[in-house]
Amino acid sequence: MHVIVCVKQVPDTTNVRINPETNTLMREGVESIMNPYDEYALEQALKLKDKHGARVSVISMGPPQADVVLREALARGADDGVLLTDRAFAGADTLATSYAIAQAIKRINPAPDIVFFGKQAIDGDTAQVGPGVSELLNCALVTYVQALEVEGDTFTVETHMDDGTDVIEGKLPVVMTVVKEASTPRFASLSGWMAAKKAEIPRWGAADVKAVKEMIGLDGSPTKVVKIFAPPVKTGGVRMDGRGDPAAAVEAIVRALQDKGVVKS
Amino acid sequence: MSDAPIIIDPVACKGCKKCITACPFDALYMEGKLAVLKPEECRACNACVKACPFKAISAVEKEAPKGANLADFKDIWVFAEQRHGKVQEVAYELLATGRRLAGERGCQLAAVVLGHGVMDAAPHLIAAGADRVYIVDRPELAEYEADVYTDALNQLVAKYKPEVILAGATAIGRAFFAKVAVRARTGLTADCTALSIDKETCLLHQTRPAFGGNIMATIMTPNHRPQMATVRPKVFKMAPPDPKRSGETLFELLDLVAPSTRIVRTDKDLSGVNIAEAEVIVAGGRGLKKAENIAMLERLAELIGGVVGVSRACVDAGWVTAARQVGQTGKTVCPKIYVAVGISGAIQHLEGMRSSDTIIAINSDPNAPIFGVADLGIVGDLFEIVPKLIEALETKR
Repeated sequence: MHVIVCVKQVPDTTNVRINPETNTLMREGVESIMNPYDEYALEQALKLKDKHGARVSVISMGPPQADVVLREALARGADDGVLLTDRAFAGADTLATSYAIAQAIKRINPAPDIVFFGKQAIDGDTAQVGPGVSELLNCALVTYVQALEVEGDTFTVETHMDDGTDVIEGKLPVVMTVVKEASTPRFASLSGWMAAKKAEIPRWGAADVKAVKEMIGLDGSPTKVVKIFAPPVKTGGVRMDGRGDPAAAVEAIVRALQDKGVVKS
Repeated sequence: MSDAPIIIDPVACKGCKKCITACPFDALYMEGKLAVLKPEECRACNACVKACPFKAISAVEKEAPKGANLADFKDIWVFAEQRHGKVQEVAYELLATGRRLAGERGCQLAAVVLGHGVMDAAPHLIAAGADRVYIVDRPELAEYEADVYTDALNQLVAKYKPEVILAGATAIGRAFFAKVAVRARTGLTADCTALSIDKETCLLHQTRPAFGGNIMATIMTPNHRPQMATVRPKVFKMAPPDPKRSGETLFELLDLVAPSTRIVRTDKDLSGVNIAEAEVIVAGGRGLKKAENIAMLERLAELIGGVVGVSRACVDAGWVTAARQVGQTGKTVCPKIYVAVGISGAIQHLEGMRSSDTIIAINSDPNAPIFGVADLGIVGDLFEIVPKLIEALETKR
């Protein structure tokens, strides 16, 4: 069994802010991390390694320094990693990204058993690249996976739907996107880190994965960002200081609830 | 680099750094007294082109790709998602917005239903604003399967060539719409919070939050069709149905691919609470300090006929399951009343609840951003105020 996990290096978005005066991103001191949902995807892959001896390959697309997230994955137990990096990929939207990643997967293995993604990346929040890759690899897709079993060439997953859970069965190969409920990611061991630090991580550019120019980067991206701005700031309504007079504050809340008809007057 | 989306004229550049301040992507830096582009960061937004006082920066005009004739594409479609045979509310929300967009564009609005035993959905969709309803009624479409749904919608798109298609950003819509967009080789914008038709270009302006809601971006798909977007449930409001509206219904017969997967079982969420549907929500955050204090909110929620929601901090801390999470990575809610207790109001949380009708916030930090969206903001200690509030409400029963 050979599984491939796609991981992304993302800014820790809880710390990204926009400067309201210049309308620019303030990213000084914002740390880069492995996309948290990808950690759950990796964990599912590593469980298949524990149970079935699967080979786990990891792939990331990003700037040269994104090799850090691949090393982190290796340290946790992945077998090999590839960094997809090329200026020509820059400015890619989800279509161009899906294409580049699908091309790289085809080079690693034209017929992997499972390709894992996190349900979405916390910077873009689109959740579109996993499904896009399934389309380009021409294989089945299951999304929002929270539990997984593989028996021979059959997989069974529990998927998280808006109104509950679906249990879905199918044949490999499959692309799946994984949610947080799936499992707690393991920590890397010290020896894992030592080995990962020294590991050779090949860097592939557009030519290495036979990506055509019209399909990558800005040229391959149908969507264009035309404007970026800070979210509108609301001024808020009535403000009360409940520290001095909690009784008055409670009374105000009760009145507001009565106005809305959820509490009897 | 010849592929760079902008060109900086080294003679005209005076090193004023205005472009560096203007660039939202950190794609420019100074080398001596000259601005230099990092092409791998540049998104061709042209903010620097406008910012340069010396006209030293110019955008590289890219020719529109040949191929699809854009003028062949017309009308706005809404994918009317059904689950277990029932058209989901988000479809009606999208039809209300689609109606407005069709007015702005001067075109027709259609709804598309994929399912089985859904023949009677049409009148409701027409009353909600559709001029036309396409129904594909087949046993293999009864429940969602990525390949079959992608095939069905793609065949309809190829046949009728809609200019715009919208879907709910649900578990289903988000997944298979991405496949449809890739198959059609067109653009798709996820989780839009505002949609409009640009007067000049007639293109769909799609506005969405990014970076956890810390910034907003407006996105267009200028040279590819259809222009596709998803919108989260409860972001747009439903319009009251107009039973007098008329429209046509087309039953489509399609040959579909075989499904790749099959649903073995469907389990309804038995915790029973879908916070996205709740009319009253009492939400707690980090300020609750520990899991046991959720019980206090449950009592408050019970007294005012609501359910308990939480901010991401409570889920991360393992106090409650993610099903209760309000916010951009959780659920978007739009209740009549939202009581925020000990929630400071990170943007990603505010994005998920800001359209609530009435927001009451209790927080000890007078500068907490939650007060910015609150209709009634109480600065104070929740451990003092909430018990007193519970006491007061108990006497009203």
